[in-house]
Amino acid sequence: MATQTSTNIEAPVTLGSSITDRDHLKKSRSFYGRAWASFRRDKVAMVALAISVLLILFSFGAPIVARLTGHDYETGDLRSQLLPPFKNSSYILGTDANGRDILTRLAYGGRVSMMVAFLSLIFTFVIGGTVGSIAGFFGGVIDNILMRFVDVVLSIPGLTLLLLVSVWWRPGPVGLAVVIASISWTGVSRLIRGEVLALRHREFVEAARLVGASDRRIIVSHIMPNVLSIVIVWASLALPGLVITEATLSYLGFGVRIPIPSWGNMLNEAYQFYTQSWTYAFLPGFFIFITSLCFNLVGNGLRDALDPRLNK
Amino acid sequence: MTRYIIRRVLGMIPLLLGISFIVFALLNLVPGSPTNQFEFNPSIKPEDIARIKSNLGLDAPWYERYFIWLGNALRGDFGISFTNYRPVTDIIAAALPNTLILAITSLIISLIIAIPLGVYSAVKRNSLFDRVTTILTTGFFSVPTVWLGLLMIILFAVKFQEWGLPSLPTSGVRNLREPDTFMNRLQHLILPATTLALLNIAGWSRYIRTQMLETINQDYVRTARAKGLKTRIVLMSHAFRNAVLPLVTLIGLTIPELFGGALITENVFAYPGIGQQIIKSLNSNDYSVAMACVMMLATLTVIGNLIADILYGVLDPRVRYD
Repeated sequence: MATQTSTNIEAPVTLGSSITDRDHLKKSRSFYGRAWASFRRDKVAMVALAISVLLILFSFGAPIVARLTGHDYETGDLRSQLLPPFKNSSYILGTDANGRDILTRLAYGGRVSMMVAFLSLIFTFVIGGTVGSIAGFFGGVIDNILMRFVDVVLSIPGLTLLLLVSVWWRPGPVGLAVVIASISWTGVSRLIRGEVLALRHREFVEAARLVGASDRRIIVSHIMPNVLSIVIVWASLALPGLVITEATLSYLGFGVRIPIPSWGNMLNEAYQFYTQSWTYAFLPGFFIFITSLCFNLVGNGLRDALDPRLNK
Repeated sequence: MTRYIIRRVLGMIPLLLGISFIVFALLNLVPGSPTNQFEFNPSIKPEDIARIKSNLGLDAPWYERYFIWLGNALRGDFGISFTNYRPVTDIIAAALPNTLILAITSLIISLIIAIPLGVYSAVKRNSLFDRVTTILTTGFFSVPTVWLGLLMIILFAVKFQEWGLPSLPTSGVRNLREPDTFMNRLQHLILPATTLALLNIAGWSRYIRTQMLETINQDYVRTARAKGLKTRIVLMSHAFRNAVLPLVTLIGLTIPELFGGALITENVFAYPGIGQQIIKSLNSNDYSVAMACVMMLATLTVIGNLIADILYGVLDPRVRYD
């Protein structure tokens, strides 16, 4: 891909992205190699990535956290209810209304919340990607029917639809991910449809068709790789929204149900005690916020690195 | 133009029919039933439950009931609540104004703050102000509504009271012990409306900033500046007017999010609107109320989108409808 010179006449788009003459002498790198190099220069995104990795390790390493704190997430000590943080050396972040260690519960809750978010991202992509690529690739009547259906789903306020489906299902964590995906796929399906529609008549697709490639082969090995970078950006920007969706649903009592802890239902439990211990109410939400913020910042960095229109 | 409006209004009909069918199917395929509340009551016999079901019209298959519901709904009759047997229209008439007041107030607050914020950041691009705004908006994008509401309560109600400062009420639309005055209601509106507004400000100010940056670099803005017009006039009457135009559409398109946000804030602040009614009715299998509430929000969403599209054409003479 030739580096375009026309955009450099304008003021540089972002700091630290100005191209020097020596860059041309470097060994040419793949598209993703260049993207990673530009991502690495983005300090905010790198810090956010580091914190995201720490949060993921903290959550998925919940049993290790439990061993380190010496508490499990289920058994509480009724003599030490609603302790504030940093007062008792055994309970670093304090205890909840049942005298359970908040730090341990945050780790276990995070594991569930993150699992729901990641799973729903995958499910959303599978549904939206399939619908979008079918609509975009075949066009005509199929496209029309699928996109009208998308219109209908989009016209129902998303959260109410989520509530309806989750009442119907009463799901566990995996089921909840399916429920969230069954509502959220519309956006990505439109995105992919548009992209596929634009790619469908490009020369390389016509060429593949000319040598007798099947529809499936054209979609999977010719169109998909070209949509990939857009999908990566979409995924990284959709993930924080999914973390918040899980939390909101669980908070309202339609998501992950107790006794399985999640950040959302911890927030719900804590809500009743905000007058007695504000830190207990503050912490689960704070973890949701930091996770969503870091995922968002990583997503912004990825978008800057991968979007061909912003290519330096 | 007239033809376009007529076509769009006619297009709403299949859309609303589709929505009502999906929502009705979802609600009625739920395993629970409005008569669940009697199931474990030893003094109510199974025959009685069957009789209650047939009285409520619940013994027909759901697809038959859909058409009955549709016929009645078209005549403005949404049935009665399955839990307290009040007419659904009364329940909605009590809750809808509260939700609308909440949504509109927060919309106004967020526009009043977001527009100057976005315009000023665009004009002073890369200044300290712009960077701080960008950081704040990115931050607010990631804040869960529930948590923000809770923080508002903790700070402005609990902590302010502890510190002896004037604190705000955290629930309801008005204090029932005091006369029903405007101030009484306003006090109860401040926290939920601000919570809801704060979240929209982030998205909108960022959007306005992008739009403004785009228009500032347009040729006609340069021409206006080259004519020697004052910067303020160029910005306000040349750039700004064109920059905010797409906002009209955006407001229309974000109505579902606004109601979604209202649903959450209503729950955090125990504010008796449609959102709270939806949660309450879903928890008690009160389908007739849930159905009407969801349809109400969906219809408002569809109408909002329609008005946004039409207004866009009215405001932007370049848009042609054929």
